[in-house]
Amino acid sequence: MSTVEERTPPVGQHQLGHHEAKPGEHGWTQTGVSNEKLGMWVFLGSECLLFGGLISTYMLYKHTAVQGPRPHDLYDIPFTSVSSFVLLMSSMTMVLALAALQRGDHHRCRVWLVTTALLGATFISGQVYEFTSFVKEGMGYTTNTASSAFYTLTGFHGVHVSIGIIMLMSLFVMSLRGRLPQERSEIVEIVGLYWHFVDIVWIVIFTVVYLIP
Amino acid sequence: MTTATEAPHVEHEHAHPSDLQYVMIAMFLAVVTGAEVGLYYVNMDFLVYALILGVLMVVKFSTVVMFFMHLRFDSRLFRWVFVTGVTLAVIVYTIVLLTFHVFNGRV
Repeated sequence: MSTVEERTPPVGQHQLGHHEAKPGEHGWTQTGVSNEKLGMWVFLGSECLLFGGLISTYMLYKHTAVQGPRPHDLYDIPFTSVSSFVLLMSSMTMVLALAALQRGDHHRCRVWLVTTALLGATFISGQVYEFTSFVKEGMGYTTNTASSAFYTLTGFHGVHVSIGIIMLMSLFVMSLRGRLPQERSEIVEIVGLYWHFVDIVWIVIFTVVYLIP
Repeated sequence: MTTATEAPHVEHEHAHPSDLQYVMIAMFLAVVTGAEVGLYYVNMDFLVYALILGVLMVVKFSTVVMFFMHLRFDSRLFRWVFVTGVTLAVIVYTIVLLTFHVFNGRV
């Protein structure tokens, strides 16, 4: 049986070289890891089930259209490949923003945060263009069950990317106001986890929805 | 039973990759994506095609999770939480899709 005094502080505090938090002090947690970071991982674990459900629904309905064009009749693979590449590169810029802040390089952190947000916005613009062209070619949200499942899945992902962009811009503003010191780099790490998750969901969508007919 | 004098178990983080290593990882991911797109235009057996794409997808997914999300370097607790979510989703929805005969085209 362990005593309360044996519990450990969040891992991030070791990395930053802070003194080990004692029970009752700020930053002390019973698990030895940051509660905020653990919360984000639990959230992402639950998001796997949400997107798993949406992807399965698409797979279930993709061949059941009885009228109008089906999504895979209209896919523009070269265009979507470029969008995928853009989102993949945004994951790199996100992790570079975190690394910069952990080094105390605030200017570079801000540059990478804005770059990540811009890459995300480029991806969203591509999605809006894709949706618009699909609608022009006769595949609306209610055209058939396959189109409904497609728009719901990719639309949900798009909303996640948009929320990520808002969080990135919030971090940028916080940094400009001097409210994002090196010691609080975990905030960037947590937003980064969300952003990378959005990226890995797209990795699955790109393969399962777009590339496999 | 442990006593207060024993050293507590502390999970230390390992050193994260450098900026250059992050760029190299991103380049690797870009190459794998290029390979996926290239395969799309190659005429081959559907099962082989789907299998290769599945493997490449898992490689990309794992690379991002391990290196960009630092799961390889971070606490094992995070790994358990996330892997549980992913595994549960894969098992549940594979059973659902099998129930509807999605994989043999008899929906």
